[in-house]
Amino acid sequence: MNKDMKILIVDDFSTMRRIIKNLMHDLGFNNTSEADDGKTALPLLQSGNFDFLITDWNMPGMTGIDLLKAVRSDPRLAKLPVLMVTAEAKREQIIEAAQAGVNGYVVKPFNAAALKEKIDKIFERINAN
Amino acid sequence: MSEEKEHRLAIARSLVESIEKGDDSETNMLVEKMAKFHELSLFRELGKLTREMHDELNNFSFESSSGVLSNSEMVDAKGRLNYVIKLTENSVNKTLNFVEVGLPLAAEMKDKSGLIHEKWQVFHRGEMSNDDFKKLGDETNEYLGWSTVQAEKIRENFSNILVSQDFQDLTGQVIRRVINLVQDIENKMIDLIIISDPRVKKEDFTKNSTVDSKANGPRIPDCDSHGDRVSCQDDVDDLLSRLGF
Repeated sequence: MNKDMKILIVDDFSTMRRIIKNLMHDLGFNNTSEADDGKTALPLLQSGNFDFLITDWNMPGMTGIDLLKAVRSDPRLAKLPVLMVTAEAKREQIIEAAQAGVNGYVVKPFNAAALKEKIDKIFERINAN
Repeated sequence: MSEEKEHRLAIARSLVESIEKGDDSETNMLVEKMAKFHELSLFRELGKLTREMHDELNNFSFESSSGVLSNSEMVDAKGRLNYVIKLTENSVNKTLNFVEVGLPLAAEMKDKSGLIHEKWQVFHRGEMSNDDFKKLGDETNEYLGWSTVQAEKIRENFSNILVSQDFQDLTGQVIRRVINLVQDIENKMIDLIIISDPRVKKEDFTKNSTVDSKANGPRIPDCDSHGDRVSCQDDVDDLLSRLGF
């Protein structure tokens, strides 16, 4: 897990994007970008060489789950690590995200420690493979 | 032609006949019959719309697609808005708690570093003995260790304050749903009005709504100073000074 890795943060609430951005900076990850919807995020991912995607679920244009599915079905993006950070916490949704290939799932409201732990876990698993 | 229209036409034809015949009691009876018929179909439309609105409110109650709404209080629009009040209150209190812990930490740091700095000024003025200077060195070393720990506590406090701001996202999602419900109900009410008075058109309803109450609540940024509303502190101060305060 390289501290320079390029991270895209996607959420339709700018305050939430700002919170996550600041948490990432606090953890030492300063290379962050933002998008306000799955719809605007996808083209950024396709042209941007991102190393990590953090996304919300509920967004008006394209939801996080649809963004995840689009990422996994694009051969250039299929291996991109994805963390969902969302208020959606129904079992079926978590299962759907897992089946769609999400690497981690954080439920809102969350604390800084939980976010860090999930990120560490994601990259531990990736490096182990 | 629909059954309803045919029925109406039949009554209308009998009505014309009775007027031409000069049969007043028959005419009155038929006018009443026509009115009752109109009432009945209006009633049926009203009933249909009311049922739709009612179903919508019920569906709003049982809808729980988000983890945010898993709290048992979130069963209707009022419940959701009360939840918003509660969540924002809790978040503000949480933030203030962190501030109340953090401010004294920073103050303590300022005081301690001020004291040591003063001693270093004494040293720079050449007014310090060797023994005292040795003590100052130890004190400074100890302070630097202490302040590293203290700064970490302050940083953690800020981080907690940062995360506590998540209430805006959570309450925003809830409020959006309530806005959608209000919009739907508003549309249905417009439909109801149109049914009861066919002269009224959908275009007659503009987005502006007037609020008559004197207590308008917190200033919403879109409102400029106009009419009765004063929009910012400068304007308030202005007005007060004109009133002699």
